[in-house]
Amino acid sequence: MVPDIVLFVILAVVAVASALGMLFSRNAVYSALNLIVNFGAVAVFYLMLGAPFIALAQVTVYAGAIMVLFLFVIMLMGAERLRAATSLPWQQPAAYILVATLLLEAAYVIFIRPAAISSLQPLPPDFGSPSSVGLRLFDQYTLPFEITSVLLLVAMIGAIVLSKRRRSRGRF
Amino acid sequence: MVPTQYYIILSVVLFALGALGVLIRRNAIVIFMSIELMLNSANLAFVAFARQYQSLDGQIFVFFVMAVAAAEVAVGLALIVTIFHSKQSINVDDINSLKG
Repeated sequence: MVPDIVLFVILAVVAVASALGMLFSRNAVYSALNLIVNFGAVAVFYLMLGAPFIALAQVTVYAGAIMVLFLFVIMLMGAERLRAATSLPWQQPAAYILVATLLLEAAYVIFIRPAAISSLQPLPPDFGSPSSVGLRLFDQYTLPFEITSVLLLVAMIGAIVLSKRRRSRGRF
Repeated sequence: MVPTQYYIILSVVLFALGALGVLIRRNAIVIFMSIELMLNSANLAFVAFARQYQSLDGQIFVFFVMAVAAAEVAVGLALIVTIFHSKQSINVDDINSLKG
């Protein structure tokens, strides 16, 4: 009981601090590295929640593939620094007010009107293992899985078409 | 065992930080990363509820969200690179060609 809570608090601090670091670092490369730390912390949360397959998919897909793509694009463009001046001066205060409102609403739902959640039951031993997730995926969710493959194919074609230079027409 | 409410609170905080990032940053790539942070916090809530109700469906949804996020990142970064080549900037305030 107690070690779980301690681990949770430490990881939650790491996750929130890295998210704040992503938000407020001036350099986009630092933002990306902070986000990788955040994804790693969330992967450990998945392990604590009995989802080892999702945790490893998180590390490989998010912290690995997606963030490497981000870093690659940042360094390819050399556009990691931007000027801080904004053309809409009222935008930042409005953003803080809106996000504070969102947090207050969430706090109202969570603390003032808590849903009746029963205490946690111990998990069966193979819960969330790759074999059980795979069985469920290909048993009940076959059609969404196939649609996902088509979606990834379309995204790949779209990315290739978008990044192809169209020099002949003198645009882009 | 950490109560499910703690994970939901953390998920809400991470989502709010992601929304704040979308609203206050002007760098298109950082805005994209904030969107990834929001997707990730939603995934955390999914997995927490899957643990609470002992149902694998939440984890399957996280799998699909990851696939869609990968597709979104591929297309989005291609768009950002194309915009950068045409305008030499990825500041979202500079992308106002449609403004009348």
